[in-house]
Amino acid sequence: MNSIAQHCKAASNPVHHAARVSPQRLSQLDVLESESIHILREVAAECSNPALLFSGGKDSIVLLRLAEKAFRPSQFPFPLLHIDTGHNFPEVIAFRDKRAQELGERLIVRSVEDSIASGRVVERPGAGRNALQSVTLLDAIAELGFDACIGGARRDEEKARAKERIFSFRDSFGQWDPKNQRPELWDLYNARVHAGENIRVFPISNWTELDVWQYIARERLEVPSIYFAHNREVVRRTGGLLPVSELVRPRAGERVETLPVRFRTVGDMTCTCPVESVAATVEEIIAETQTTRITERGATRMDDQTSEASMELRKKEGYF
Amino acid sequence: MKLLENSAVIDPDLLRFAAAGSVDDGKSTLIGRLLYDSKSIFEDQLNNLERTSQKRGQSSIDFSLLTDGLMAEREQGITIDVAYRYFSTPQRKFIIADTPGHEQYTRNMVTGASTADVAIVLIDARKGVLTQSKRHAYLAHLLGVPHLVVAVNKMDLVDFAEDVFNKIRAEFAEFAKGLGARHVHYVPLSALHGDMVVTRGDRLNWHRGPTLLELLETLDVSADRGYDPLRFPVQLLAWPDASRGRERRGYLGRIESGTVRVGDAVTVLPSGMTSTIAAIKTLDGDLAEARAPLSITLELADEIDVSRGDMIVHQAAAEAQAQVPARRIEATLCWLHARPLDRRRPYLIKHTTSTVKAEIESINHTIDINALEPRAGAQTLAMNDIAKVGIRLYQPLVCDAYADKRATGAFIVIDPADNATVAAGMIERQSAFVH
Repeated sequence: MNSIAQHCKAASNPVHHAARVSPQRLSQLDVLESESIHILREVAAECSNPALLFSGGKDSIVLLRLAEKAFRPSQFPFPLLHIDTGHNFPEVIAFRDKRAQELGERLIVRSVEDSIASGRVVERPGAGRNALQSVTLLDAIAELGFDACIGGARRDEEKARAKERIFSFRDSFGQWDPKNQRPELWDLYNARVHAGENIRVFPISNWTELDVWQYIARERLEVPSIYFAHNREVVRRTGGLLPVSELVRPRAGERVETLPVRFRTVGDMTCTCPVESVAATVEEIIAETQTTRITERGATRMDDQTSEASMELRKKEGYF
Repeated sequence: MKLLENSAVIDPDLLRFAAAGSVDDGKSTLIGRLLYDSKSIFEDQLNNLERTSQKRGQSSIDFSLLTDGLMAEREQGITIDVAYRYFSTPQRKFIIADTPGHEQYTRNMVTGASTADVAIVLIDARKGVLTQSKRHAYLAHLLGVPHLVVAVNKMDLVDFAEDVFNKIRAEFAEFAKGLGARHVHYVPLSALHGDMVVTRGDRLNWHRGPTLLELLETLDVSADRGYDPLRFPVQLLAWPDASRGRERRGYLGRIESGTVRVGDAVTVLPSGMTSTIAAIKTLDGDLAEARAPLSITLELADEIDVSRGDMIVHQAAAEAQAQVPARRIEATLCWLHARPLDRRRPYLIKHTTSTVKAEIESINHTIDINALEPRAGAQTLAMNDIAKVGIRLYQPLVCDAYADKRATGAFIVIDPADNATVAAGMIERQSAFVH
């Protein structure tokens, strides 16, 4: 993994920069990065009121670095928006706030708890809040008048996402119509919407989980601690490890174990499973990602496994 | 600086390929085989495939389920839309655009091919070169895909016979020559059994060339855009803000072709105003030079009027009139929408970073996609039609012929009524008409 460390840029050394020349042959990360910067700038140019969805997770952390690459030293041309399920890992929420503050960018938080309290959505006991999130997101889009939301979804994550456009149209109900998407050719993105409609934009569509970690290494990005191996109390449920918390109590017959684990995704605490791991550094995570035999969501998201099309159904209703 | 040079050697590069063919050609099986043998299918995906295949009463794993991600696709057993899949080997990262072979064929193939470096055309060894194979090759060529790989599949069903392969190759080569396709490669294989896909197997020993994966790993697709003339479409302006460390106006964009250096004399088109590159800015510091396809910020020595949609080129090129802003263009149009062309209304054309109003003035001829022959007399265009058209632009565009430069020769057509993307266009030339 030394090679990864060697890629790290020498950002603090201006002497290098004066004579720096772009390399002859660009690596795949360079090409992906440039594509994503281009996409972010297109959003800024073509949409009148965009927002960037920032959860504190690794994919949106990468998005923020790409936004820095696209717009610094200027302020970002969009605020950060988080739809807080109230089921998030506290470490991730703390990281979210810290990162937004470091960047000096505006963070808007809208919460599923509020949607439940106001009666907009009804919570089903024992179910995760991922589906409810869509309502809060659509309400936030309406309230704040966003015409575009930039998200960190990737096509390699899930089979419905593999079919999604980079600029993905949503009708005035926030719905995705997968059978009737705008064709997307070259990198000529169609961001046009009428009032009330919106566009979801996925600048890292073409990145894989491995690309994300390699980029995190190359850019020396900080990520929440729960991505690294740590000891945690878990129970085994529906084929996965479920973290014990105030929201998840062991059921009768379940044994609480303390295992070295890390999270590959960070989502709703009631349905996001860690994997057993001793990877304590980004380099070790990369090594593990290169050899894993289980997909990112396959290992970690119980809500995706309730049916073959859970994600597609959620997305049709406005999920990102 | 040393570090960056190293990274260029160590890191794998990126290859985008489109796979064209129908279920019958074994396209899904081929992609499945490529992923499976390169260890890019994960256990949970495999379990899922097994479960679903079983549920449907299929005895073996149906690899098409890997790429058919939508409910409607699984229900109907057809592929509706382009799917993107990813895998990598130590040499390269691959992005596959998996384009369905039947329904809305042209629309999907054109979409998948628009960004591809390589198009794989599948031929069933038993059937030989069919109209469909020619259609696939024609569309790939039309979209300017630099490399064509002809995968002669199902060699197991013709006893791995070399003469079958040779006959198909000879016939296809004749056709490709007529098209003008320059880089055509041929691989005999059996997607079902895996011969010559990732591993060579021992039944096609007469084939001296690389396996399909070896070919994909080694094809030279850099076609070094860095040596081409500079094309820098301006995406955005950044205003000076000394308090944040921005001293001059910044022009944000991606280099679509060529190399730009500090000190270069440049012209901004269409205005024709000239200046000098004062700085090339990135988050990681200033660059002395940058080449396609990097996203950068340019600063000019003079405060001149530059806005989104303008193109920065080298002064020498502008003086040689290589780029005259066009008011009329001739183009090949692929109609993508179920609602046909309505010539009474103006449409919007998005080309690089500019969007202009335009009228489709004339339909010179359509292309019969099966006979691959021109047909005169079309009054309108329907979904999947391909036509040579004349277009009048309300504002000038700075463009190249698509055959020379994909990035500055391509455009999409948007219907302002509902903002649907209704067509894809490739500029043939600027029209001879007087402006």
